[in-house]
Amino acid sequence: MKADPKGVLTGAHFIDGDHACSEGALAAGCRFVAGYPITPSTEVVERIAERFPHIGGIFIQMEDEIASSIAIQGAVWGGKKAMTVTSGPGFSLMMEHIGYAAMTETPCVFVDVQRAGPSTGLPTQPAQGDMMQARWGSHGDYSIIALSPNSPQECFDLTIKAFNLSEQFRVPVMFMMDECVGHMIERVMIPPADEIEILPRRFYEGAKENYMLYHANGEMVPPMVKAGDGYNIHVTGLTHDERGYPSMTVATQEKLIPRLIDKIKLNEEKIADYREDQIEDAEIVVVTYGITSRTAIPAIEQARKEGLKVGHLRLIVVWPFPEKYIRSLASKVKAIVVPELNQGQVVLEVERCAAGKVPVKLVPHVGGTVHNPKDIYNAIISSNNQKAE
Amino acid sequence: MPEELYEIETEVPGNTVEEFLRMERMPHIWCPGCGIGTSVNCFAHALETSGLDLQKVSVVSGIGCTGRVAGYVNLDSFHTTHGRAIPFATGLKLANPNLKVVVYSGDGDLTAIGGNHFIHACRRNLDMTVILINNFTYGMTGGQVAPTTPLTATATTTPYGNFEQSFNLPYLAESCGAVYVARWTTYHVRHLTKAIKEALAKKGFSFIEVLSPCPTLYSRRNKIGDGLDQMIYYQESSEIKHGADTKTVGLDFQGKIVVGKFVDIERPTYLDAMNDYYSKRLGDKFVHYNG
Ligand code: SF4
Repeated sequence: MKADPKGVLTGAHFIDGDHACSEGALAAGCRFVAGYPITPSTEVVERIAERFPHIGGIFIQMEDEIASSIAIQGAVWGGKKAMTVTSGPGFSLMMEHIGYAAMTETPCVFVDVQRAGPSTGLPTQPAQGDMMQARWGSHGDYSIIALSPNSPQECFDLTIKAFNLSEQFRVPVMFMMDECVGHMIERVMIPPADEIEILPRRFYEGAKENYMLYHANGEMVPPMVKAGDGYNIHVTGLTHDERGYPSMTVATQEKLIPRLIDKIKLNEEKIADYREDQIEDAEIVVVTYGITSRTAIPAIEQARKEGLKVGHLRLIVVWPFPEKYIRSLASKVKAIVVPELNQGQVVLEVERCAAGKVPVKLVPHVGGTVHNPKDIYNAIISSNNQKAE
Repeated sequence: MPEELYEIETEVPGNTVEEFLRMERMPHIWCPGCGIGTSVNCFAHALETSGLDLQKVSVVSGIGCTGRVAGYVNLDSFHTTHGRAIPFATGLKLANPNLKVVVYSGDGDLTAIGGNHFIHACRRNLDMTVILINNFTYGMTGGQVAPTTPLTATATTTPYGNFEQSFNLPYLAESCGAVYVARWTTYHVRHLTKAIKEALAKKGFSFIEVLSPCPTLYSRRNKIGDGLDQMIYYQESSEIKHGADTKTVGLDFQGKIVVGKFVDIERPTYLDAMNDYYSKRLGDKFVHYNG
């Protein structure tokens, strides 16, 4: 389906990543946004509050992030596409509702414009410290999808992708920006509406009798209905059977939880999205995501100039982690370098998949600014000296 | 017996509530003598005579004994997280203003962990009906103190009695902006049924506090008898005072209970206010929002 032209501001714009994310949401068909002010994400909702009255959407500034993260789910069951926007402290408050969305299979988007933590940390400065929280932050076992843009253009493009993936898999999708990408101003091209592919919600259309809300009919993702359609649905965060009814038994849990995880896990390669640069002959690969992909470029170029065979792999989808790809990469290359604006999060996944086949070197950063490319360069050089034979 | 009981013309018919319930989920989890089921019965009767299109009625609950109501009503129903029924209902209602949204939950859920949402929903005058079952305690977790537990009453977490001032909920709701505020007990089934019907017909934030016995925990721990004894207490100690100043309707341990309809006023709902304001402010550029 093509995007509704009402929400698409076709043309070339010179805007920051936060505003580009707002435009992406509007283009994706999002018509309900709930949020609570928090730096450095607030510009996303400010723009939406300005734009919605002109296109027939509704923004509500809720009393806190807890309210925002559940109001969007009410809106989804009311038939809207919806998102909320926050940064670290607010993201922490939203965790219970990420679990609720995963458990009830409510498609929605959580935008986290990351800032340095923990706690209040450095509110106006970048970090990538919420990556593990995005994956594991709610209690219990579940799965989500997380994307990481590295430019305002991608804040636009990938917000649309985030909505589409949330509909396709009926999961909450984490949109993991950071302060740097959020406040960076660049040219953003918004294509005409008929060039933007939108995945509409898949609604059940069969008979009302015997309808079962969570009956996937042999597939991994059951179709939805919405409130008011006459199906008398029951939605609960309790362990539930295919009718959606609470059923507190191990047998029900055994049927439900693996499906919630497998619908993402078994589609890992389908969901995967990454960019390879000079990987073919690479002996050392720098694995990055988000803003770090840009600070790594001068380091990689310098090393290349000096004759080192360095490649660059940039993860756009960070969760589900591209296990199969990293495993095969680890059997081809001699070392992997992972710069992150944290003390080592995604590197743990790289190490797990490399499984000792090659050395994996973290280039940590406490956040507050971006890496000095020199630190990444030095890590490349030292990895070259210790690379696997 | 209060005079007015005879003035209510609504006759409660026989057991016709089955079609409003998910009978395949019976028996329910509520204890014998618990008042929650009585309130659901009143809710079903109110729906029956409300003239509402039941397909368009959604019930949203939080967590707790009353939180389970959503699981038993044969309507679109949402059992959300602890304290968050109101913000979920906010999203649901604003996404589709044609829905009649009823929040049905307990005192702990709506006024302790969910208290912030409660006051803001009143302030915004969101178009929803909130039925709050007040049993003065946390039932599901075993009888802990709540923001509604009267002074001196015992709970597992106040083993020597409660020394915290409790909420006067009708006063809280009114001062925050609710347009319909009533209180009844599960003894007052006809009044309660009528009040729910009125609340459902009311545009804006309507709030009904329902005092309800919890014989298993609150009554037992406080040695005030079983469910029937609580009904006798409700009967003997209730005074119907429509239009009473909500400031004066606070509750004491086993003291006098003022019941009635306290507030019934008109004020623009959140959506009406938004549409009116933006139409004036933005003129033709504003796209009127109706879901
Ligand atoms: S514990 Fe109390 S409130 Fe809960 S079902 Fe039993 S009697 Fe009712």
